[in-house]
Amino acid sequence: MSIAVTSAGVSATRAPVRVGELALGLSIAAFLLVFVAWPAVAVTYVAFTEKGTGAFTLINFQDFARTDLFVRSLWNSIYVGAATVAWASVIALPLAVLTTRFSFRGAIVIQTLGFVPLIMPPFVGAVAMQMLFGRNGTINLLLSDWFDVRIPFMEGLNGVIFVEALHYFPFILINVSASLRNIDRAMEEAAQNLGCSGFRLLRRIVLPLAAPGYMAGASLVFVKVFDDLATPLLLNVKDMLAPQAYLRITSIGIADPMGYVIAVVLVVMSVASMGLAALATRGVDYATVQRGGGGIARRSLRPAESFAAYLVVGFILLLVLAPHIGLLLLSFATVWSFSPLPDALTTAHYVRVFSESGVYIKNTILYASLAGLIDVVVGTAIAWLVLRTKLSFRHWLDWGATAALAFPGVVIGIGYLRAFYDVRLFGGAPLATLWIMIVLAVAVRRLPYALRASHAALLQISRSLEEAAENLGATRQRAVRRIVLPLMTGGILAGFVTSFATAAVELSATLLLVQSNSDAPLAYGVYVFMQSPAGRGAGAALGVVTVIIVCACALLAQFGIERSQNAKGALQ
Amino acid sequence: MNRFAFGALLGIFAVQAALAQAPTGKVTVVTSFAKDVTDPYKKAFEKAYPGLSLEVQNRNTNAAVKFIEETKSANATDLMWASAPDAFEVLKGKGLLTKYQLKAQGIPEKVGSYPINDPGGFYFGFAASGYGIMWNERYVRANKLPDPQEWSDLSKPIYFDHVAIAAPSRSGTTHLTIETILQGEGWDKGWRTIKQIAGNLRQVTDRSFDVPEQVNSGQVGVGIVIDFFAFSAQAAGFPVKFVYPSVTTVVPANLAIIANPPNRAGAEAFVEFLLSPAGQEVLLEPSIRRLPVNPAIYAKAPADYPNPFKDPRFTKMISFSSEKSEQRTDAVDVLFDQMITFQLAGLKAATKSIQAAEAALDKKDNVQARALIAEARDAVAAMPVSDVQAGSAETRAAFTGAKEKTARQAEIEQRWSAFAKEQYAKAQAKADEALKLTR
Repeated sequence: MSIAVTSAGVSATRAPVRVGELALGLSIAAFLLVFVAWPAVAVTYVAFTEKGTGAFTLINFQDFARTDLFVRSLWNSIYVGAATVAWASVIALPLAVLTTRFSFRGAIVIQTLGFVPLIMPPFVGAVAMQMLFGRNGTINLLLSDWFDVRIPFMEGLNGVIFVEALHYFPFILINVSASLRNIDRAMEEAAQNLGCSGFRLLRRIVLPLAAPGYMAGASLVFVKVFDDLATPLLLNVKDMLAPQAYLRITSIGIADPMGYVIAVVLVVMSVASMGLAALATRGVDYATVQRGGGGIARRSLRPAESFAAYLVVGFILLLVLAPHIGLLLLSFATVWSFSPLPDALTTAHYVRVFSESGVYIKNTILYASLAGLIDVVVGTAIAWLVLRTKLSFRHWLDWGATAALAFPGVVIGIGYLRAFYDVRLFGGAPLATLWIMIVLAVAVRRLPYALRASHAALLQISRSLEEAAENLGATRQRAVRRIVLPLMTGGILAGFVTSFATAAVELSATLLLVQSNSDAPLAYGVYVFMQSPAGRGAGAALGVVTVIIVCACALLAQFGIERSQNAKGALQ
Repeated sequence: MNRFAFGALLGIFAVQAALAQAPTGKVTVVTSFAKDVTDPYKKAFEKAYPGLSLEVQNRNTNAAVKFIEETKSANATDLMWASAPDAFEVLKGKGLLTKYQLKAQGIPEKVGSYPINDPGGFYFGFAASGYGIMWNERYVRANKLPDPQEWSDLSKPIYFDHVAIAAPSRSGTTHLTIETILQGEGWDKGWRTIKQIAGNLRQVTDRSFDVPEQVNSGQVGVGIVIDFFAFSAQAAGFPVKFVYPSVTTVVPANLAIIANPPNRAGAEAFVEFLLSPAGQEVLLEPSIRRLPVNPAIYAKAPADYPNPFKDPRFTKMISFSSEKSEQRTDAVDVLFDQMITFQLAGLKAATKSIQAAEAALDKKDNVQARALIAEARDAVAAMPVSDVQAGSAETRAAFTGAKEKTARQAEIEQRWSAFAKEQYAKAQAKADEALKLTR
């Protein structure tokens, strides 16, 4: 049984720090300092200064603790974060187990569509949600017609929880699925030989072994919800921390440090919750030695079971894809106002966006894939340093990467302008005007997605595999390249897909950094349309284009996962 | 030299002189306006000045201000083009705008009670917009609401939970509407009116455009909006209607040249084009529908086009003082946020109780209950500061990054919000008591 508490003595015998590790650690530290810490500090340092004198002070944090509104916002954010994790788990876990443990065609559909809720284009996504679930959305209009009742899906804190759970459950689904695929089939077979089966097998063996993936996903959901400002603002909930920070930072002409104070609180809370999640998986060994079993056994379903499974899958998919169905309707709608369905359908919006979407599409694919690539490279490297080396500052790398997620996009955007605009290139053009800066700003805020996914994947790989390779004469590098990385593929790709999909719809930092239309991504195009009533359909059409493009790209990555899994199975 | 060569030479000189005058190159404008507004202008401008191309960078107003501020060391922006006058005040205050002497003729000093151009010559109004009430016809019919006509209608109990407004701290134009009510009715009475309407609010949005968007979608019935949002929604086919109340504010949308513009001649050309008759006429396009600041253009407008220079509704409010408004801008915004935006639940609960008690009173009169309701209404209307305090130097210093150590914004906010919270709870208790008396 490989879930066993490791004795502290084992790891103490490890070799001292090596030069290669140190160089890798230092270069990542430099990357984080330049592209996360410097821009963020350049903006948020005012949180620690005294008004008038500019001297260092903590008085602003006292003000935070003394202000009812902020304290209330803090508790609301914690409550919403925790409750969302619970509901997202309720949605994600059945899907993850159904799709990895059983072989039926619905499994492929979910593995393909499961990440789609992450791709929610700005503004249009919000409108689509309202048109379906709002006070006068499709469902409530029908309900009030038929039964004279309304369900407040989108009201208050519970509304925020509902929308966030639908939006972010893929973090758990993707990471748990990746974890489940990595479980050694021998574990399951051993338990079965000892007479364990059914639900007990799931509860005692399979789920505990998938815990790294679950913790990775759950902690991401918590932090993401904690730091999300779009959903609360969409639902008109303002007493949560992230919207409070955003509203203050983006009010014109107000020179108040409290927005940045809240940003600092957000960072501290996010890092702390990641730390808590790490504590939960610490001291337990999730690694299994035998690899290449192709994950846990898949069982075929009996007809009745299959029917039930399809029912569950169908219901959940309908629920989580509802916003995208709404988006599709919106993009074909002539006018849609206070009615269950649009008045009439048209393709005019697609015609309107067709001519200009080319450059947006190209930029989006370029930016999002580069951002995803940066994230998996840096994320995997940090995960490896944290779990496999004894570098003294390795946990700081983890925390630094996590902190980036907590800064509001607008803070990173302003920070990039402030930090890099005065850095001139040879031609005299400011560094901040290069499109690669948009990529970096978008990438650093998604670094934790790839980091957590890689971290979870590496937790499941036994160290003895590397040691065996080294005993056989492989260098450390070669062992990592030939043994560790291939075995982590599932986790790395999960990280890439989440980073890529969310990077493709980022707007807040982009809006500050885009220098011209020719550098703009799809999300910016959606924004430009969505500022006028006549642009709503066109914006929705561009939103649909975004979702399709991002899906297509992510599917390619998904295809890669499948193929690598099959290859692993074939090795056996 | 023969005559032909001489003539040719003259011709070359003439062409050169013309070229020296006609600006060329790229003009970069940062704007918060939608594509529907910028596209027709880009087309018309580039046709009028063939040597120039207009590069439009869309950013929301706040991002635009921050962008111009952060990039001033190597400014690449020629113009700022947006609605909110406060954004231009901020840019002007930071020395980020270029002063320019306008050449365009035929533009009066004021529209309604508001000066069209910055008296300092740093920014210029190019279109006027009036404030009013927009509603969704299907929503209003389904909820059996009457069509609103006046601001005071919105405080009636029947509109409870049906109204939306943008937060004045987030929308410069909404701020001006609030300020106009305060100046027109006086500080205390003005806030009483505002809070009465606010008690019926469904939401306080954080973007100006969210209000028309919510009304268009039918999520909210009635919105307090700037006219062109409603007109362009009608042009797009949404079932919405709009009315100017008998007293309305009219505010200009603005344009300014940024300090150290990369293409100064081009920037000036765009300013002059926007204010020329040809540029003003573009405003009449159905997807834009804003009010020209040149009164002569209205001759070419459709028959029902509102004319703020003739329509009495726009000129009724004559007592607008920009100075007074400027002094207390931040105080008014913060008061609105702390008493209304972030206390909406408490304010609505109190309003609901008062409305219930008043309805009960209509059926069965009770002197004591009537007095209690009056006290409850007073409690809701109570203000933590007078207008003198709000405009005082100390209050102002708390909201600006003053050089001296003054009160911090967070301290003042906490005081004001605690005051409002207590008053609303008191009002609710009194109204509930009054309701019991009527039973």
